[in-house]
Amino acid sequence: MPKFLRELVEYRELLYVFTARNIKIKYKQSIMGFLWAIFMPVIIVLSGIMVKKAMAVLSGKPLELESIVSVSVKALPWGFFIQSLKFSVSSLVNNMNLVKKIYFPKVVFPLSYILSQFFDFIVATAAFTVMFIIARIGISIHILWFPFMILLLVMLAAGLGMILSCANLYFRDVRYIVDVILTFGIFFTPVFYEASMFSFGNILLLNPVGAILENINNIVVLHQAPNFIWLTYAAVWAFVTFFWGWSFFHKKEPTFAEFI
Amino acid sequence: MHAIEFNNISKKFRKGEKMYSLRDAIPRFVKSIFKKNGNGNNELDSGEFWVLKNVNFQVKKGEVLGIIGPNGAGKSTILKLLSRILTPNKGEIKVRGRMSALIEITAGFHPEFTGRENIYFNGAILGMDRKEIDSKFEKIVDFSGVRDFIDTPVKRYSSGMSARLGFAIAAHVDPEVLLVDEVLSVGDMNFQAKCAQKMRELLASGTTIIFISHNITLVQSLCERLLLLHQGEIIKEGYPEEVIPYYQSIVLKEDWERIEESIDQASTRYDVNNEAEALFQVHDVRFSDKNNDFKKRFKVGEPVKIHVDYENKAGNAEVVFVYEVLRSDGVVCCSSNTKDDNFPVQGSKGHSTLEISLGELKLGPAVYYLKIAIWDKNMVHPYVVKRKGVFNVEMEGLSYQLDSILLPDTKWKITHK
Repeated sequence: MPKFLRELVEYRELLYVFTARNIKIKYKQSIMGFLWAIFMPVIIVLSGIMVKKAMAVLSGKPLELESIVSVSVKALPWGFFIQSLKFSVSSLVNNMNLVKKIYFPKVVFPLSYILSQFFDFIVATAAFTVMFIIARIGISIHILWFPFMILLLVMLAAGLGMILSCANLYFRDVRYIVDVILTFGIFFTPVFYEASMFSFGNILLLNPVGAILENINNIVVLHQAPNFIWLTYAAVWAFVTFFWGWSFFHKKEPTFAEFI
Repeated sequence: MHAIEFNNISKKFRKGEKMYSLRDAIPRFVKSIFKKNGNGNNELDSGEFWVLKNVNFQVKKGEVLGIIGPNGAGKSTILKLLSRILTPNKGEIKVRGRMSALIEITAGFHPEFTGRENIYFNGAILGMDRKEIDSKFEKIVDFSGVRDFIDTPVKRYSSGMSARLGFAIAAHVDPEVLLVDEVLSVGDMNFQAKCAQKMRELLASGTTIIFISHNITLVQSLCERLLLLHQGEIIKEGYPEEVIPYYQSIVLKEDWERIEESIDQASTRYDVNNEAEALFQVHDVRFSDKNNDFKKRFKVGEPVKIHVDYENKAGNAEVVFVYEVLRSDGVVCCSSNTKDDNFPVQGSKGHSTLEISLGELKLGPAVYYLKIAIWDKNMVHPYVVKRKGVFNVEMEGLSYQLDSILLPDTKWKITHK
């Protein structure tokens, strides 16, 4: 544990430089610039509202503000999660030149993509927070859990990012599998709906991302305490994935240049 | 205490495509379960080969070690192992002190970034922190000579400009151990002089340097000790004066094999005028010294005679013989013909041997081959043009004049007034 922290401190400069690079490159020569960070989640939220509206029409109930807010609150972290994975999976292969020719800690590749997505997430969250304040959704003491939940999500994304980028270096198939899973993952994760709508809802929460999103909904929209059982479950996932991913990545790192 | 220890390193590579998809990997994985320990570090799997075999050397602090050898000897692999990009299959590497590598100096550039952004980005990859780059920024820009374009994206740079910028960054890392791989050929003469100057500065400040180059003159002037690597093994180690002749003989030998092979393949291709070809045929070309002892290796300045065995089926035709001596890179070194030399050849049917005496041949050390042609008397159309016969000229001891075509009997004299 201390060793891992020490390394992270050692790499902070590189991590910063790479994250800044990813952000800058993304918005270079684009007219909308940082607005893209908000645009993407807006699209997800809009499609979520469509789904909610359809459900409201079917059940004959009016579409409530609360469910619109709930979609937004879950769509932002979900967007962050899938974008993080998408970029980090191919991070090593896309930077083949650097991997093959210069020695430095390669773990900055997947991590920097996750951090740059996190930057976008913060921009989008700030924008949506303003909207929530205008919509007067209210606030409670439970909001203090929010950073912890986001930390879990980041750790989960980072862990998977390290494992999958590494796997993708050996087998290019990984990226396609991940693409498919991410595209359809939104149907199996409680983003546009609540797990409690189904009798088998708890099965959906076995997906740690689902458990985190539901808990975020609890604390931000429903003003409730998180569900501690599912929170602990997700936390175990996040920590195990992250630390196992970290050590897996480091174990495989010396062979990268040869097998890429 | 050695700055670099490279202890009994072996490294194997794999030929052909590696497994790239799961479809190939799963059978491999299953196989590896049943084949216990089959892929040990000492054995080669099918398709694998050793790039380095038990390579062993140490470098003292502040020493310059040069590594030379023909292509594919494993030189760059050594640098990649030292810079930790690759890991050895066997052996142990120790490097003490901050290391920087002048290898692939532009690999860290991002094309969308400006020169300025790339200095910070690349600097960070090479292990400098922000403050350090800030303090060296001006020096780097001055050295690279791209100041006017420092805020232009690198994708708009010429290859020379980005290489210069890359060198400037890497050279300012202030390493204790520096790895250099054939990068001093970047830029114009002025920039090359700057690079060599920078290397000497680093040397003077006690940097340990490992230097790889095919430029013998540069290696000779920079290195105190040389390793000669050939097919993954060190075959000679010592002072440049001892090692370089070995290197030259290996290069000459490979050059020889290449030329001989290409001449064998060319023997029919170079026959022109198929109809006329039947009239004259060149069967063999041999070389001898003045005592008519046939041989293929000559010393610089030794008399050389060429013997051409040819066949005349035309009968009474007057012909002109032309010879050209070409160096292995295709430079025509000398030539003549019987017309210019006023030696009329009246053909007669049957086999004959033509003897061409070149006298003392003052050619530089290299591999040479012969082009022989038989023309009609007016030199309008050739009967045969053929590349045949390979010989080499060797020099004893160390030669600084590898690139020289001609080595005249130079006499030096100074008159003091």
